[in-house]
Amino acid sequence: MSDNNHQWPIWEVFIQPKNGSAHEHAGSVHAPDGEMALLNARDVYGRRLEGVNMWVVPATAIVASTPEDVGPFFDPANDKMYRWPNYFKTPEGIKQIS
Amino acid sequence: MHFVNRNLANPKQTSNIGMETTLSVEELNKREAEFDAKIAGGKTIEPKDWMPERYRKQLLRMMSQHAHSEVVGMLPEGNWITRAPSLARKAVLLAKVQDEAGHGLYIYSAAETLGMDRSEMIDQLLSGKAKYSSIFNYPTLSWADIGAIGWLVDGAAIVNQTVLAKCSYGPYSRAMLRICKEENFHNKQGYQIMAYLMRGTKEQRDMAQDAMNRFWWPALMMFGPSDTNSPNSADLMKWKVKLNSNDDLRQRFIDRTVPQAEAIGLRIPDDKLKWNESTRHYEFGEINWAEFNQVISGNGPCNKLRMKQRTDAHNNGAWVREAAAAYSAKKAASKK
Ligand SMILES: [Fe+2]
Ligand SMILES: [Fe+2]
Repeated sequence: MSDNNHQWPIWEVFIQPKNGSAHEHAGSVHAPDGEMALLNARDVYGRRLEGVNMWVVPATAIVASTPEDVGPFFDPANDKMYRWPNYFKTPEGIKQIS
Repeated sequence: MHFVNRNLANPKQTSNIGMETTLSVEELNKREAEFDAKIAGGKTIEPKDWMPERYRKQLLRMMSQHAHSEVVGMLPEGNWITRAPSLARKAVLLAKVQDEAGHGLYIYSAAETLGMDRSEMIDQLLSGKAKYSSIFNYPTLSWADIGAIGWLVDGAAIVNQTVLAKCSYGPYSRAMLRICKEENFHNKQGYQIMAYLMRGTKEQRDMAQDAMNRFWWPALMMFGPSDTNSPNSADLMKWKVKLNSNDDLRQRFIDRTVPQAEAIGLRIPDDKLKWNESTRHYEFGEINWAEFNQVISGNGPCNKLRMKQRTDAHNNGAWVREAAAAYSAKKAASKK
């Protein structure tokens, strides 16, 4: 019986709310495999037309950055201000170039 | 001691167990100051963020208790699924109870980000170590009780959960947002049951009033003891896990519910209830805290029955879990 109580792996659930939009994280479910994870996810996170598509991903397959690294990880963007269009000054008299 | 650090859901994968104990006192103080500043600045805390151990423990206690309440809450209502007065009522109640299972799962999922497996939380419930809301230890004696529960109990839950949706812990707050969208259906179906009964025969009106009389006070108790007697309140408020006092939320619930009762001709079973024009709130009578304490310490009318029903449900579901595991093992083997 104790084996029966053991916990199935966690699957993270992502829902595409409508056609054309990106998938969003909704929560997680436990399931022995992907097919059943999808069925569980449908019952738990999809009872009210929440979306048009669903992904389930083994939680262990997700690699995430750490909050401690937020500085060094995203920093390089900071010294490359020319990546933003407002870095460039438009000559006087010209209203719009793009 | 267990420092939580995980990607999205698997505590075992990335946890830095013991890390907290290796931090120096200065480092701990520094992190705690940063944490406090973050909360004061209205930022949310995410699973991989550093958090004080007390914050993690309090949240885990609160969230698992909340999840258990959703699940145990299915039992009193489940009692009437087979006896609903029409097929339409039965379909609605079934959908409502299914939502509650969903709510339990959303919150278990969010609570697992704090580093405890769902199976362990369920063990704590079944062994009696973890608590659930006192309200579910009252019996559902008539069909009107289903109306009273949806209207009053889910109504009280809405007041609570709307505030929790703004709490500092990201996964909890997001689960609450999802839940709040569904609760209005629960609340309205309950109120509709009561409204229909109040338009019915004398017997039906009496039945509705009787349910009101039995559920009104226990619904007020759902907000918990007065804040002067609520041991964890100060910490929880500082951490924005709680944003309003128990008494404030109880008052909010009373103020919005009394006019709803009056609109359908139900009497509030409280002689001291009266509108105070200067405070713009209802005044109400003394809550029977002795009864509340009896119920949370295991001596309510249905505590033993609920635990038995929950344990039976868990054990009776064993074959489903076995079958699912066998099916996936067989499928995996046939792929090789
Ligand atoms: Fe719920
Ligand atoms: Fe509900």
